[in-house]
Amino acid sequence: MKTPEGKTRRDFLKGCALGALAAGAGRYVFATDGKVIPPAAAGAKSKVVVARDPSLYATSPTPDSARVQKLLDQAMQHFFDSPDPISPWKKLVHPGEVVGLKVNTIAGRGLSTHPVLVAAITERLQQAGVKPSNIIVWDRTNEELDRAGFALSNDPNHIRFVGTDSKQIGYDETVFTAGSVHTRLSNLLTRACDCMINLPILKNHEMAGVTLALKNMYGVNNNPDKFHHNNCCPGVADLNLLPPIRNKFRFVVGDAMTACFAGGPDYKPQYSWRYNGLMVASDPVAIDTTAWQIIEKKRAERGLNTLAQAGMPPNYIAVAADPLHGLGTNDPNHIELLEV
Amino acid sequence: MNHSLHRIPSVALLSVILCLASGCQRHTASSISLFPESGEVSGWTKAPEVRTFPADKLSDYIDGDAEKYLKAGVRSTSTADYKFKDQFQVTVDIYTMSTADGAKTVFESEPAMDAKTPALGDAARLFAQSLIFRKGPYLVRMVAYQDSPEVTQAMVKLGLAVEKKLSP
Repeated sequence: MKTPEGKTRRDFLKGCALGALAAGAGRYVFATDGKVIPPAAAGAKSKVVVARDPSLYATSPTPDSARVQKLLDQAMQHFFDSPDPISPWKKLVHPGEVVGLKVNTIAGRGLSTHPVLVAAITERLQQAGVKPSNIIVWDRTNEELDRAGFALSNDPNHIRFVGTDSKQIGYDETVFTAGSVHTRLSNLLTRACDCMINLPILKNHEMAGVTLALKNMYGVNNNPDKFHHNNCCPGVADLNLLPPIRNKFRFVVGDAMTACFAGGPDYKPQYSWRYNGLMVASDPVAIDTTAWQIIEKKRAERGLNTLAQAGMPPNYIAVAADPLHGLGTNDPNHIELLEV
Repeated sequence: MNHSLHRIPSVALLSVILCLASGCQRHTASSISLFPESGEVSGWTKAPEVRTFPADKLSDYIDGDAEKYLKAGVRSTSTADYKFKDQFQVTVDIYTMSTADGAKTVFESEPAMDAKTPALGDAARLFAQSLIFRKGPYLVRMVAYQDSPEVTQAMVKLGLAVEKKLSP
């Protein structure tokens, strides 16, 4: 198959992969002095931290804000081996950068990135020196953000909560291409933000099998419905190769406080459970591999077939890890899973 | 950022203002007959807005979940929010399929788990915070956002009222 530029798919992906390797982009290893080192150069495993608090909800239908803040700090400090809760954020972003927080709100209030988690992150970002006006919390539509409990605001002097569908934002006119994907990306990603922190939610997806970090990028482009066939494979992997995504992606803070083991991605309470956790990583493939394991374990507990047996194998994870994509590792032997 | 029931009117108004271009159609309550109005069922209040998504816009509402409905022949989907005595909120989705087989296909595709089976429509499943039933070409899904002892009983009563409005 040839791309519109006349390159074969293999040629194109090879170019993308080489570019990713050259830039060390898409996944980072953070040295103790705060320098960013490509994993290959560091010879390190991809670290994934899963932090949990069984009392996160207490008796409330929403997580306790103080406990969420503490859990976030715990996860970040373990990931960065940091003695304090501010230093990790100073390693992640620089004060002059415009930081985009890409949430996942399509499932509404029952199964979206929790506003209380976003509040905890924006608090730490500001303490790390990022001005409120340089923080944008975003997803594809204002309506979804609103329904998930975010107070919409596009005031440039404060933290913005805004959807790509806002009239003054929209999608970049450039059509980006990688493998099977031809798409336009949100101007919030391509133009407004210098970097992106990915804040997905841990869910089953009846097409993709698993949705966490990589699949959350389906909320970044204008035609995600075109890439759901064949269990979203290689659509998810190809989309994440696009330079604006690959180069601006900085870190994943996965919301696993309430998660979903079947019937996803929309909210069905009977298939959701309180995992009471946060997952953090710089490698989106490693964290998705971990997410897959968590969902399979829960499905087994509930007597359900594996995702593959149920016809929704998350094959895109292995494709994202292949040499042509190089977005991270799905090899458990190269993932350092730290549960705290 | 709370999800108080008192937000329903403001949420509806804001969403109308912000999302006129989102692809879904919006109706005043009087133009939609499938949803019971406020007061028709004791304790239940309906938000004024009903959103309707044609098949080709369903993914705007439920993302990748739309695929299984499309494969089963969905024609349109309407959704409305309700609240019960200021205690909890419920979203009601009504999927209109081309055939009764389509509704059955989607219904049967979801794990029954430990569901109860109330006498509702052609088949129904009741969980702690959700109720799903089908009747002819219609598939109805109710989702509650809080858990309380009254939720299931109240949802069944609302479900019976919806069932009466569905043509076979």
